Amino acid sequence: MSDLKQELKEKIIEQLNLEDVTADEIADNDPLFGDGLGLDSIDALELIVMLDKDYGIKLADPKEGRKIFESIDTMAAYISANKA
Amino acid sequence: MKKEVYINSIGSVSVQKTFNNSEFLNEIVDYEGISVKAVDPNYKEYIPPAAARRMAKGIKMSAVSSQNAMKEAGLENVDAIIVGTGLGCLGDSEKFVRDLLDNDEQYLTPTKFIQSSHNTVAGSIALDMGCKGYNFTYVHSNISFESSLWDAKLQLANNEAENILVGAVDEVVDHHVITHQFIEHIKKEPVSMRDVLNSGTKGIVFGEGSHFFVLSNKRQQSTYSKLLDMGIYNTLSNDEVSETIRHFVEKNGVSIKDLDGVILGNNGDLEHDTIYHELGTSLFLEIPQLVYKHLSGEYDTASGFAFWMANKIFKTGKVPEILRWNNVQIDRPKRLLLYNQYRGKNHSLVLLEKC
Repeated sequence: MSDLKQELKEKIIEQLNLEDVTADEIADNDPLFGDGLGLDSIDALELIVMLDKDYGIKLADPKEGRKIFESIDTMAAYISANKA
Repeated sequence: MKKEVYINSIGSVSVQKTFNNSEFLNEIVDYEGISVKAVDPNYKEYIPPAAARRMAKGIKMSAVSSQNAMKEAGLENVDAIIVGTGLGCLGDSEKFVRDLLDNDEQYLTPTKFIQSSHNTVAGSIALDMGCKGYNFTYVHSNISFESSLWDAKLQLANNEAENILVGAVDEVVDHHVITHQFIEHIKKEPVSMRDVLNSGTKGIVFGEGSHFFVLSNKRQQSTYSKLLDMGIYNTLSNDEVSETIRHFVEKNGVSIKDLDGVILGNNGDLEHDTIYHELGTSLFLEIPQLVYKHLSGEYDTASGFAFWMANKIFKTGKVPEILRWNNVQIDRPKRLLLYNQYRGKNHSLVLLEKC
């Protein structure tokens, strides 16, 4: 699981072009949106595509994303439970 | 009554260190290649990091050059924003299409698409400053900037606007360089900045840059020059060029010898620089000839660099040696003609007078 969390942090930084952020600076329970990493709705779309492309998980209901993308912890837990 | 049109401020990001308005080519950036990229200012001083991460190079450069122009003009908003670009933010367009192909038309995300259109730059600047006025982007090959300039000139002369932000922007993108090298519009072999204009080979060295200017029908302390006249000619045979230029200058009540200099768009392309060479040994033989594309690289809106350069010359009274193409003495010029063409098409003339 910790490998997956590290992988997610690196993917998020690369795909969302977070130039000034390193993986070490993202805590597993930091909020990804709002006051935490400051991601927005366009980033949410990027994360949905990332789940599909890299982990084979399709979100049937985009509203599910709100909980799944809360933090690295919640993302990793969801991927582990649903990975194809 | 028609109003005069003034250039009240300038801002530029280019292959040279032009982003600091207090300098004028103090330090020349050399290069060797078939394409050359702009010197990056510290973008963080101009753009919030959260916004910058999605911006294409063209938008970033334009954020800097437009903010510098607005600051120098002492303005927080303008009546209109008009931008010329040949290729827009082609880099993001390329990435979007590449993703489309690589992922078999699946997994497409919006980020690259959002900023891949030509009018992204003008739109982004307007959003940033809250400008709800006229917002237009001209995409007319190598007369894109001149088309923007013309639009602004007409609006200002007719008093339909008081202050207009006019820009020119294009960025280097890899696939474009590859395809244009294949058809020999870009040089096959790398060439150095100091050799490019006398390279004797086909094609050009591709460059990039963003140049913004506040044009106004009111003169102020910061004013650089007055836009006396301009002309755009999509097609001219080589035989017609000289006479067309002469006619353009004379309809403004001056003759060629009254000009303090001409800024020519030589780009080192063996096939098409002949037009400049012929003019240089006939029509412009007795006046100072200046060149710039060895410093800026060639791109659709490289003439924006010439416009920036002419205004810096007026303000500083200096003509750096590296700009001189012939040996005719030039000293604190007051009236300059800018002439440009690309591959024998889309000729443009801009006549500026120092203020």
